[in-house]
Amino acid sequence: MQKLLLLGDEAIAQAGIDAGMSGIYAYPGTPSTEITEYVRASKEAREKGIVASWCANEKTAAETALGMSYAGRRTMTCMKHVGLNVAADAFINSSITGANGGIIFLVADDPSMHSSQNEQDSRFYGKFAMIPILEPSNQQEAYDMVHYGFDLSEKFRIPVMIRITTRLAHSRAGVVRKPSREQNKVGLPQNLRQFVLLPAIARKQYKMLVDLQPKFLQESEQSALNVYYEGEDKSMGIIACGLAYNYLMENFPERDIKYPVVKVSQYPLPENHIRRLYEECDSILVLEDGYPIVEEMLKGFLNLGKPIKGRLDGTIARTGELNPNNVGAGLGFVQEETLGIPSLLAPRPPSLCKGCPHIDSFLALNEALDKYARGRVFSDIGCYTLSALPPYESINTCVDMGASITMAKGAADAGLVPAVAVLGDSTFTHSGITGLLDAVNDKSNITVIILDNATTGMTGGQPSSALDKIEDICKGLGVEEEHIRVVKPLRKHHEENLQIFKEEIEYNGVSVIIPRRECIQTLNKRMREKFKEKAKAAGK
Amino acid sequence: MKIDIILAGVGGQGILSIAATIGLAAVEAGLYLKQAEVHGMSQRGGDVQSHLRLSDKEIASDLIPFGKADMIISVEPMEGLRYLPYLKKDGWLITNTKPFINISNYPDEEKLMAEIKALPNHIALDADSVASELGSVKATNMVVLGAATPFINIDFEKLENAIRTLFGRKGEELVTLNLQAINTGRKFSMEAQK
Repeated sequence: MQKLLLLGDEAIAQAGIDAGMSGIYAYPGTPSTEITEYVRASKEAREKGIVASWCANEKTAAETALGMSYAGRRTMTCMKHVGLNVAADAFINSSITGANGGIIFLVADDPSMHSSQNEQDSRFYGKFAMIPILEPSNQQEAYDMVHYGFDLSEKFRIPVMIRITTRLAHSRAGVVRKPSREQNKVGLPQNLRQFVLLPAIARKQYKMLVDLQPKFLQESEQSALNVYYEGEDKSMGIIACGLAYNYLMENFPERDIKYPVVKVSQYPLPENHIRRLYEECDSILVLEDGYPIVEEMLKGFLNLGKPIKGRLDGTIARTGELNPNNVGAGLGFVQEETLGIPSLLAPRPPSLCKGCPHIDSFLALNEALDKYARGRVFSDIGCYTLSALPPYESINTCVDMGASITMAKGAADAGLVPAVAVLGDSTFTHSGITGLLDAVNDKSNITVIILDNATTGMTGGQPSSALDKIEDICKGLGVEEEHIRVVKPLRKHHEENLQIFKEEIEYNGVSVIIPRRECIQTLNKRMREKFKEKAKAAGK
Repeated sequence: MKIDIILAGVGGQGILSIAATIGLAAVEAGLYLKQAEVHGMSQRGGDVQSHLRLSDKEIASDLIPFGKADMIISVEPMEGLRYLPYLKKDGWLITNTKPFINISNYPDEEKLMAEIKALPNHIALDADSVASELGSVKATNMVVLGAATPFINIDFEKLENAIRTLFGRKGEELVTLNLQAINTGRKFSMEAQK
């Protein structure tokens, strides 16, 4: 069969389409964005009637997916690791309700923080929820796991997590497709109280989840995804989880590895393989991308057993993603000296695009705040976070989606006045609305700037849930109409905009400024497409 | 047969099109391939790189180990140098000499060129100018790829076919431009080696 050259994300998306998935729900977040984008762009998915939605946030996405599972159909919800924090309530409780139609939580971690604020390891969440976790080591495995994941989910009526990392998500390789499966028909859960988590029912459901644990373990122990490879040198046994297996093999170009190896791609950890490895070998090296979760489990609190090596004892770097070199060093291979980076090189951090509307907004904001002491701008997650860097240096915080408004309120309550919140349109509908309601209810003295570029910019221009709704939402929350100001962030309007910024910053109460101009990237893309269509029409 | 390539540039300069062209040709040649890309925040005018690995045997890691890359193909002079730790001691740097300046502390261009010329194996060409002369600066990336093709052990025809496939949807004009670009770059490189 013809191989498709797919990103890990795309392999997962194509697998969903082929495995009889009926709906996929997500909020964009690097490195998970391309999964839902792929399904939305797929003609095949459209023909099969697969619903592919960008939702307001990861929580609404996860709950919608759970609803589809309730109705008996297969579904996936995709998010980046910190997105799972937002969806955590739905996620953890979905392990208690269990599933009806197969449901996969696809979570993309970002070790080394290429595009994120932390490198939290979603396997902790999977363990916390007590559900099976699948962790592919390559694109083909990622593809196959979606089929397997749906089967596992429907076999035990339980959500399944697939955990990937940036490197797999954004790396391309050949993938062979499986034959297409039919979608499930709509069908209710056998027990109509399964999803009613009243304490009396939840206790029963939780007991069922606990009782399933040995079965999940048995499944892991028998899974073809977990393999024990023999090795004659028992001085060390190696556990390689997910992608770590590739970095291990890269260090043995002839594949002549002499140590026993357990390749782990399904959790709970396969006790049979791990126990055998521990019994046969003098020491254990754990290779895992993300946190030292397996290492910690093996080591235990008192660390009384055989030597367990990994990130905790410094054999492998404690932070950052794995690569062939840090794994090689962990294996004791001397790393050859390489060419150096010439000292004259300058760093080239990402920056706001030429013509970006945020630039005009930050120039106005900086000037409006000129007369106050610095350090009073609370911001959020998006392209505009780049304004923390020179030449703007406008913002002072970036914590989590929506934290701009709420932190500004807290600081204003503490007496830091004026306090300004800056966030994007999509971030506002993701998690800013409830914070603004708090501020309105308390009549807090804050100014909220909602940069409306009519898209979710940082992740590549996905539609924004906030489109054409921001003023109405603010009014509905109780922001006074005369303090909802829409401006057009253009250089020629600078003086006028500056005046409005100053007025609203001085106003004692909640005010909202909405600088509105389309993202330069989506605008250019739209113009290019328009031009192409025109050229096409003229050609005919 | 095994080729490890680092592609370097600035977000938006088209290194992923270079990767896609080589990738498609490699698939046609029946090779295994892994290609790690950079998506997300860095694409906003930051430095970007892609690890492209081709082999007739299965490839383990998505990332190239330090000191193992056969070549660095760079659409920007400073960006190619950033990945020197990945380059084999006798590896090739194929680079555009036209700087992309979007930072205030961009290094002195002469010193930059001296660093490039100090490497035993390098091809340096002003791909922007070549592409402009051919009709559009947009084809700069394909000029640079062209200059790298003598070092890539894949039939040149397969690379040309890949360009036809990739740019075919965007019109015949773009196909012609990019084919000219890859051929001009290739010629430059062959002559530079004489």
